[in-house]
Amino acid sequence: MKCRVCRGKAAIKIRRHNAAFCPEHFTDHAVRQVEKAIKEFDMIGADQRLLLGVSGGKDSLALWDILTRLGYAVDGVYLELGIGDEETHSYSDVSRRYCETFASERGLKLEIVDLSTRYGFTIPEAAEVTRRVPCSVCGLSKRYILNQAARAGGYDVLVMGHNLDDEAATLMANVLQWNTEYIGRQHPVLPATDEGLVRKVKPLIRLAERETAAYCVLNGIDYEVEECPMVEGNTGIRMKEWLNELEDRAPGAKHRFLFGFLEHAADRFAASGVELAECQTCGQPTTGDTCAFCRLQLRVKP
Amino acid sequence: MKVILRHPTREVEIEGPASVATVLRQLEILPETVLVIRDGELLLASEHLEATDVIELRPVISGGSS
Repeated sequence: MKCRVCRGKAAIKIRRHNAAFCPEHFTDHAVRQVEKAIKEFDMIGADQRLLLGVSGGKDSLALWDILTRLGYAVDGVYLELGIGDEETHSYSDVSRRYCETFASERGLKLEIVDLSTRYGFTIPEAAEVTRRVPCSVCGLSKRYILNQAARAGGYDVLVMGHNLDDEAATLMANVLQWNTEYIGRQHPVLPATDEGLVRKVKPLIRLAERETAAYCVLNGIDYEVEECPMVEGNTGIRMKEWLNELEDRAPGAKHRFLFGFLEHAADRFAASGVELAECQTCGQPTTGDTCAFCRLQLRVKP
Repeated sequence: MKVILRHPTREVEIEGPASVATVLRQLEILPETVLVIRDGELLLASEHLEATDVIELRPVISGGSS
């Protein structure tokens, strides 16, 4: 099979585009897809300061590389969650090292926030004490800390590495439950609010996760290949498996599902105007008196 | 041929020669869910594999919170 652009030997076929690419032109294709998403959804304004949440996985590191190629100056923030072997926290350590190596090799600025040092608990501890699913306390902590890091650093935009599969899986999970409130909030751009939520954007929305992984392999970007040891039973993975079965039978199904929703249906679920106020403990935006993260912290470390 | 699988990392032997598509079918793996890598290079489903080849099937699905 030949590259659609140069007719050289193809390294990857993308069935939903009915196209194959050599390494060089696949890289070019991926960069253009991100550029297109940024323009299509008006994600980033001129001279805005960008902070990218990095995990050491394929998506965030591919995105950091692509944004740099597009000429954006982007700083990174890594959250040390304390996941892995009880003594050494090996999964988190390995993930952090991939981020540190990536950043230092390219002269990029990376901030490390250690959940345990700063807030006194790890994700496994929080999950055990609250008896909540680890992914739930992890997601809550990430959203809180990334927003806080962006505010504290004076950044205008928080950039996230969610890809097409992530967003399609989230939409499917919410549609299957008719979580209309969550469906109304699903968009590749979440605007800043007066109460302190920093603008959040998802420039990988046009790339499937197979493509971000291929981008890393073809561009020599080392990333954490192993799955998080706490992810077992995660709903998002089940949704992705079902969507991939659909995609196998009907290439483009994931893209049509997500982009069809954004084009034709998202405005019908517009989020109701929830009033936000400052958390009485930390000052971050919340719908109640005390934000969910402060309540979590109080339960884990009373 | 030797096939390296992940999550957890392990090896299985598959009879060769065979195409990448045949190997994936035998292991009941959807092509959309993995990258097939030989000597650091990505392989298409149509690629021919020798009995002596070593390939990695690297999953691309990642889960977790958002």
